[in-house]
Amino acid sequence: MNRYPWWRYTLLVVALLAGLLYTLPNLYGEAPAVQVSSGKSTVKVDAATVARVEQALTAASVKADFVQFDGNSVRARFSDTDTQIKAKDAISGALNPDASDTRYIVALNLVSRSPEWMAKLRALPMYLGLDLRGGVHFLMQVDMRAAVRQSVDTYASEARTALREKRLRFAGITRDAAGVTINLPDASVAQTARDLLSDRLPSLQWSVQEGAEGTQLVGRLSAAATADIGKQALLQNIETLHKRVNELGVAEPVIQQQGLDRVVVQLPGVQDTARAKDIIGRTATLQFRLVEADGGAAAETVPQRQTTEGPVTMVGLKRDVIATGEQLKQASATIDQNQRPAVSVRLDDVAGRAMRTVTRENLGRPMAIVLYEKGRGEAISVATIQGEFGTDFQITGNFTPQETADIALLTRAGALAAPMEIIEERTIGPSLGAENIAQGFDSVLYGFVAIAVFMCAYYALFGVFSTVALAFNLLCLVAVLSLLQATLTLPGMAAIALTLGMAIDANVLINERIREELRGGAAPQLAINTGYEKAWGTILDANVTTLIAGLALLAFGSGPVRGFAVVHCIGILTSMFSAVMFSRGLVNLWYGRQKRLKTVSIGIPNSQGGGGSPARTGSATTTELEV
Amino acid sequence: MEFFHFKKDKDIPFMRHVLALNAVSFLSFALAVFFLATRGLNPSIEFTGGTLVEVEYTQAADVNRVRTTVEGMGFGEVQVQKFGTSRDVLIRLPIRGEIPQVEVSGRVFEALCKLEQSTTGTKQYTTPQGEQVSRPSCTAGDGTEPMRLARTEFVGPSVGAELYENGAWALLVTILGIMAYLAIRFEWKFAVAGIVANLHDVIIILGFFAFFQWEFSLAVLAAILAVLGYSVNESVVIFDRIRETFRRFRKLSTMEVIDHAITSTISRTVITHGSTQMMVLSMLIFGGPTLHYFAVALTIGILFGIYSSIFVAAGITMWLGTKREDLVKPGSGKDLDPNDPNAGAVV
Repeated sequence: MNRYPWWRYTLLVVALLAGLLYTLPNLYGEAPAVQVSSGKSTVKVDAATVARVEQALTAASVKADFVQFDGNSVRARFSDTDTQIKAKDAISGALNPDASDTRYIVALNLVSRSPEWMAKLRALPMYLGLDLRGGVHFLMQVDMRAAVRQSVDTYASEARTALREKRLRFAGITRDAAGVTINLPDASVAQTARDLLSDRLPSLQWSVQEGAEGTQLVGRLSAAATADIGKQALLQNIETLHKRVNELGVAEPVIQQQGLDRVVVQLPGVQDTARAKDIIGRTATLQFRLVEADGGAAAETVPQRQTTEGPVTMVGLKRDVIATGEQLKQASATIDQNQRPAVSVRLDDVAGRAMRTVTRENLGRPMAIVLYEKGRGEAISVATIQGEFGTDFQITGNFTPQETADIALLTRAGALAAPMEIIEERTIGPSLGAENIAQGFDSVLYGFVAIAVFMCAYYALFGVFSTVALAFNLLCLVAVLSLLQATLTLPGMAAIALTLGMAIDANVLINERIREELRGGAAPQLAINTGYEKAWGTILDANVTTLIAGLALLAFGSGPVRGFAVVHCIGILTSMFSAVMFSRGLVNLWYGRQKRLKTVSIGIPNSQGGGGSPARTGSATTTELEV
Repeated sequence: MEFFHFKKDKDIPFMRHVLALNAVSFLSFALAVFFLATRGLNPSIEFTGGTLVEVEYTQAADVNRVRTTVEGMGFGEVQVQKFGTSRDVLIRLPIRGEIPQVEVSGRVFEALCKLEQSTTGTKQYTTPQGEQVSRPSCTAGDGTEPMRLARTEFVGPSVGAELYENGAWALLVTILGIMAYLAIRFEWKFAVAGIVANLHDVIIILGFFAFFQWEFSLAVLAAILAVLGYSVNESVVIFDRIRETFRRFRKLSTMEVIDHAITSTISRTVITHGSTQMMVLSMLIFGGPTLHYFAVALTIGILFGIYSSIFVAAGITMWLGTKREDLVKPGSGKDLDPNDPNAGAVV
């Protein structure tokens, strides 16, 4: 009866091997590496960069363990720090020939020392949280009301333009947080205006109202439109933050949306919060300027962005700045009336007026959009002024749709869509991080050893089984966390310790039950079987209640508590598997084969099957059955 | 090895003194509520909002001097204390309108640095693993660093308010979830008894934190919720056994049934809690100051968990008048329903 079919053993062995495989990368430690990522929004890192890095290394006769592309950056791993620093200089020299213009960020970093085949199987170590690694964490709140206000402003000016174009008379336009109100002379004009604006500005819901103030056309933002404005603003802010964080040269920045209006920025390894804050919170870096054809008279010369390899074209700029990124309302890829890809740009009213004056006086001359990064400008677009325009204009040229999308993105990157405020900030020194790792690790280790010693002493061989099952639980837990690529934090390590402490409960339940069966006089094999079977219901009950608390924490917890909850919940699941199925597997393997099992090593005196042994246990059984 | 072995007719009369013990429970509960009401919790800046700066000195720090300096900066009510060792100093500053919060930690560091006759700057260095790192530094004239910035934390007021709300929700959902589970699995009397017993634990943990004015952080909240889920197990195991005993022994009175149930599960109760406590103790000893109050909350929770499951949960079940008929459906013909998947699921 205490035998598992072969497939169960196979399952357990597979789980054991998988657990080992995915846990191992965490034990290898980290090796020095050089990471190459894009230093500018105009530079893309791709598989071709790998070849360039390899070339640079061969040229400097530096040997790398491997060079690989991981989606955003290229990493090269080295055996020691001396080689790493030599390699960094070599790569940096090859990729950034002009030292003052860093097109690529070449940063020293760490990668797992695990063999390459493991990485190919996606067996990667867990990320270490900032509290274990050191670094800075910002939580930024995006001012959504400002984003909506900005959009309403834009809609109001668009409505004004549209009404003027159609020569519809109106008394004035007012705007508030919810939308736009237009005062009109009578109902028939209102109807025409409504049809016109519903067509032109579908994001607003237009309706005619008759009231004390006369006839009014009211455009309200729908909930969906408001949500969309918020979403766009957040995405643009995240995009802008990415560009700015790139300047810090951080190897693995985390920039993520949290909730509907928040952005988390985590910069591992960076301790200089003042500089990080300065760069992240900086204002726009986009300028619209006229091109100076005479190179000698140019106030400034910037390179033009390249889409293909070839010699760099330099663009001379006039001194006056027509508009800046702060005045940019929108930039998007679109199709012009001739069905060619174009970039549509919208500026605010002030910039629109300036633009109108400049374009009127400079018809036929080229204008450039310049993006400044790290104090160096780059012309992302140079186009000839074809006519007089104001707030809205289109840039056309020999563009592919991809190029217009890129230009629009780069243009937008110069500005934040809505103001942001830092509402949470955390910095952890690297030495504190190392201390936290050691403390977390020690807690788990010594706690585990104490439990193991006690279990083995108290339950003898069954205690050994329980301990092995507990170790297997730890293995599974770490493997699952690694597989999920979870970020390990100190509360996460505390959760591992606590989960192990609670998981032993299942084995205690089983062992106690088996003892009870033995005392009741059951034959050893039967006692083991009933022990496991009867304990199962209780184990399930116990784990469900713990899981309810874990899930509540997961749902309502944030930050460190979330990390705790994730580990806790996964730990409960792995412990059910290991404590019940794995330990049973061990027991079956050990005792299941023995046909005539006389004694079970579980820490209490017992002998032979059939229930004839010590008098007191025997009598206990009989009374119990008779009552 | 065996710690517990009891003969059948020698059940420990736990319920004999239950009245006295429940009075003690009630008293400690009332005390906890009293301290919570009068002293209140000492919430961490995660909840209140504010700034926290941890500075590590090379020599034992003079807390009073640090306090005088920081108080002189006009940030309002400042808390300065040692953290872990005598060289680590933790400074807590409240939110004050007039100074931009994001600058507070920098200014405090600068002022403390000046106190050591040193100047602040930024230091670039490479870690032994080759990682490049920069950090603010405080360097004396001879190039040594008398102090280092170990960590800073700033939490805005809106975040704190949200955490309170989320914490309350988590607690409520956990309580309702567990009650619903107990009510389905057993019956309402057990659900009430189980939850009262465990809320009793939660209030007592909070009472300790209020009395000693220990810092109540998010980690402590997590510990409390974990304990809540964990000690309900205890009640579940005892309830399971009470039901089982009702089925098996028809003639016993409710009190005897409860005594028997507790006696036969006491071994498991003590060993399980002992094991968990060993792990928590390891955290308390080796986990350092960050995990300290987390482990303290767990310790109190585990110890009171044993007591409350036995005396409070079982006691309330008895006071609520649990009868055989509540658990063993009348008319089913046999006591051990073979269709019940949990029949005989006991320890």
